[in-house]
Amino acid sequence: MSRFSKSILLVALCGASVAASAFDTYGIGRQATPAEVKAWDIDVRADFKGLPKGSGTVQKGNDLFEEKCASCHGSFGESNEVFTPLVGGTTKDDIKNGRVGGFVSGDIPQRTTFTKVATISTVWDYIYRAMPWTAPKSLKPDDVYAILAYFLNLAEIVPEDFTLSDQNIAEVQKKMPNRYGMSTDHGMWPGAPAKKGGIGNGGKPDVKNVACMKNCKTEVQIGSTLPDYARTAHGELADQYRSFGPVRGTRTLDGSAAAAAPAVSPEMELATKSGCMACHGVNNKIVGPGYNEVVARYKDQADAESRLVAKVKAGGQGVWGAVPMPPNGHLADADIKKLVHWIFSGAK
Amino acid sequence: MSDLDKQPGRLRPAPENFLSEEQIREVAAGRRSFLRRSLMVAGAALAAPLAARAAEGDPAILELPEWSTTLGQPVAARPYGMPSKFESQLLRRESPGLARVGGASVSFCPLQGLFGIITPSGLHFERHHQGWHEVDPARHRLMINGSDPAFLKKPKVYTMDDLMRLPPVSRIHFIECGANTGLEWGNVAVPTVQYTHGMLSCSEFTGVPLKTLLEDCGVDYKKARYVLAEGADGSSMTRTIPMEMVENGEVFVAYGMNGEMLRPENGYPLRLVVPGVQGVSWVKWLRRIEVGDKPYATKDEAVHYIDLMPDGTHRQYTSIQEAKSVITSPSGGQTLLNQGFYNVSGVAWSGRGKIKQVDVSFDGGINWQTARIEGPVQNKALTRFNIGWKWDGKPAILQSRAIDETGYVQPTYGQLRKVRGTKSIYHNNAIQSWKVVESGEITNVQVL
Ligand code: HEC
Ligand code: HEC
Repeated sequence: MSRFSKSILLVALCGASVAASAFDTYGIGRQATPAEVKAWDIDVRADFKGLPKGSGTVQKGNDLFEEKCASCHGSFGESNEVFTPLVGGTTKDDIKNGRVGGFVSGDIPQRTTFTKVATISTVWDYIYRAMPWTAPKSLKPDDVYAILAYFLNLAEIVPEDFTLSDQNIAEVQKKMPNRYGMSTDHGMWPGAPAKKGGIGNGGKPDVKNVACMKNCKTEVQIGSTLPDYARTAHGELADQYRSFGPVRGTRTLDGSAAAAAPAVSPEMELATKSGCMACHGVNNKIVGPGYNEVVARYKDQADAESRLVAKVKAGGQGVWGAVPMPPNGHLADADIKKLVHWIFSGAK
Repeated sequence: MSDLDKQPGRLRPAPENFLSEEQIREVAAGRRSFLRRSLMVAGAALAAPLAARAAEGDPAILELPEWSTTLGQPVAARPYGMPSKFESQLLRRESPGLARVGGASVSFCPLQGLFGIITPSGLHFERHHQGWHEVDPARHRLMINGSDPAFLKKPKVYTMDDLMRLPPVSRIHFIECGANTGLEWGNVAVPTVQYTHGMLSCSEFTGVPLKTLLEDCGVDYKKARYVLAEGADGSSMTRTIPMEMVENGEVFVAYGMNGEMLRPENGYPLRLVVPGVQGVSWVKWLRRIEVGDKPYATKDEAVHYIDLMPDGTHRQYTSIQEAKSVITSPSGGQTLLNQGFYNVSGVAWSGRGKIKQVDVSFDGGINWQTARIEGPVQNKALTRFNIGWKWDGKPAILQSRAIDETGYVQPTYGQLRKVRGTKSIYHNNAIQSWKVVESGEITNVQVL
């Protein structure tokens, strides 16, 4: 090859690699339509970029919350049943100061959502994308404004007659109880530091150790040991190791009970997949009654199974308390029948 | 019998698999007669010629087992291979009481029984916020757009067909949940390494660098300095990623894991890989990437995955998993069989790069020895270490200490708590201690 043709080749290669890093190179993928972007681009930022227009009252939020959320979160967002409480633990002073005092003094009883969150946009964004847990993305923007207004009223940030909207949400942000509670002064952001438009101090670790090798201290101070209850709380440890090899799992329970753990039945799998087990235990109440209680209540009623199939499908409240069961219309009728029959057969 | 049995401190393990699983089930069901029978048979077989046979040697050698004397199973008897039936005990497990509902919970990886650095895909830890789905790859899409139209020349949609045609990379990386070891911030809470450190796995991932895709859409790096990743599941998990990690080629959208497609629980058919960063940012079932000029303050970076400091502030956008290590064998919840030699083995990792050195102590941190590292050492990947130890039957406290290529040394509990207190929940990378007592039982303790 002559010198001349070599340099042409070089130019050609450079050309190719430049092209490879340019825009739309591969002819793969296609342009997203505006409607597609609108359908999926639902995020709302702290500066409210992305927030849809709309509004909702505290009263409407109260009703919606009772209907769609209270079964899991409690009527006042206070329940511990499925998750940490949403509201509670903030004071009038916190609203004034923008710092939740319980964190500063160290005696916060419970870390609820509203004690922690600094940015109201976060709560709006999350409810819209993810709640209710079993039917995410079913709420309209106006519903989210209303439910958020209800939360804000529970937290005594806004009055009972308040209407939250895209117009006044920035004003409400100025009253968030923990709005000054976040710090980004740390070395654990893997991008540019704050002084270059990023976050944090550029990766400087805050905790330091040195690699001492000999006689590093004179005594070994033990700060904590395994509590007795924790030794057995995780089942039979012996069964969580191989029965051969250099060590054995320590036998922590009377082995016989643990020996034959039954496989999960297909019905149990269906119940778990269908979300029933989020609210019902086999032998315990969670949000709704335990299956054992259901069986005990209806065991002498011949038509109970068919009635309950209809109830599970339609949802409803009042038999076991004020908390409603949401409708389960997303399930096939045959599956609901199977599940109710399974409940009456002992839910094994 | 062997000399081993006569040594003091020898615990006699039950003969392995003396009863088959089926027989154990029968016993549990109350049918004991067969047990009497099988004991009689075993007894008869053992009793008479016992002395003679013991002198001759090990029955496992002298009496040929059925696998040496009969025909085995044909090829493809199991078209998708499964572990041996004798491996039924190392499973992903939940920690009782940690979460109320299984759809917003964690299952921990059984680190205690794993070798090397690759986590078997079926044992990869799980953390879901709203359950997992079987996502149909034919209906899965990845959209890339800008928070402002000026940040990207052309918002685009890619199918799985599209993504799998683009030039891929394959890299081994660890993934650790930011809350790994979080149960132990204040005090010892759980018995074994599965529950202390099991929100940790390591795989070879295959996929397309996000840089390739963003450049294919004509990103403006000057304006767009942050990336939002969003999942397709009910929670539509969202997290902010720095553009610097995209530009340097590290972040990729992965479809492959350990040579096959991702498992559904790990984001099938597409997840983000953000090396060195906590697991929550590795968004599963990835459906959308948005480029923007500000961080997003999403729920899992403004309400959770924020670290509570002693002054009452929460640190936000803490993402890097700092250097950490743990001895996986022997470890808490295990019992040593007898005195003598043990290979002490564990894993080390750092979100800031490669592991440079791992030291091990047998006396609670007074003296340390450097462990042998099993190479090759990979960037932001689990690194296996081993060191020999002769247990003399006396109490001991085993610890490991990782040092990464930046020179960062894994801290003690005392050092960590002095700066960050005890309530953080996230990013506990303190040195783990396992205490051995005379009986050979090992338990979880914290040395300050
Ligand atoms: C079937 C039970 C269920 C129902 C019904 C439900 N939620 Fe939830 N909610 C949960 C669970 C479980 C979580 C935790 C999810 C996670 O781990 O990411 C949660 C989390 C939340 C959070 C975030 C709390 C935090 O601190 O992270 C908010 C806010 C919330 N729910 C609001 C609502 C609203 C509003 C509704 C009604 C429209 C609702 N939820 C209905 C189960 C439920
Ligand atoms: C969000 C929580 C929730 C979910 C999910 C849920 N339930 Fe319920 N369930 C309840 C509550 C609350 C009640 C009590 C209603 C009442 O008092 O009338 C209930 C009641 C019931 C009853 C007794 C009804 C009666 O009238 O006595 C049955 C049977 C039942 N559920 C089965 C199911 C099955 C099967 C599923 C899954 C397909 C399911 N539930 C899912 C909350 C739930």
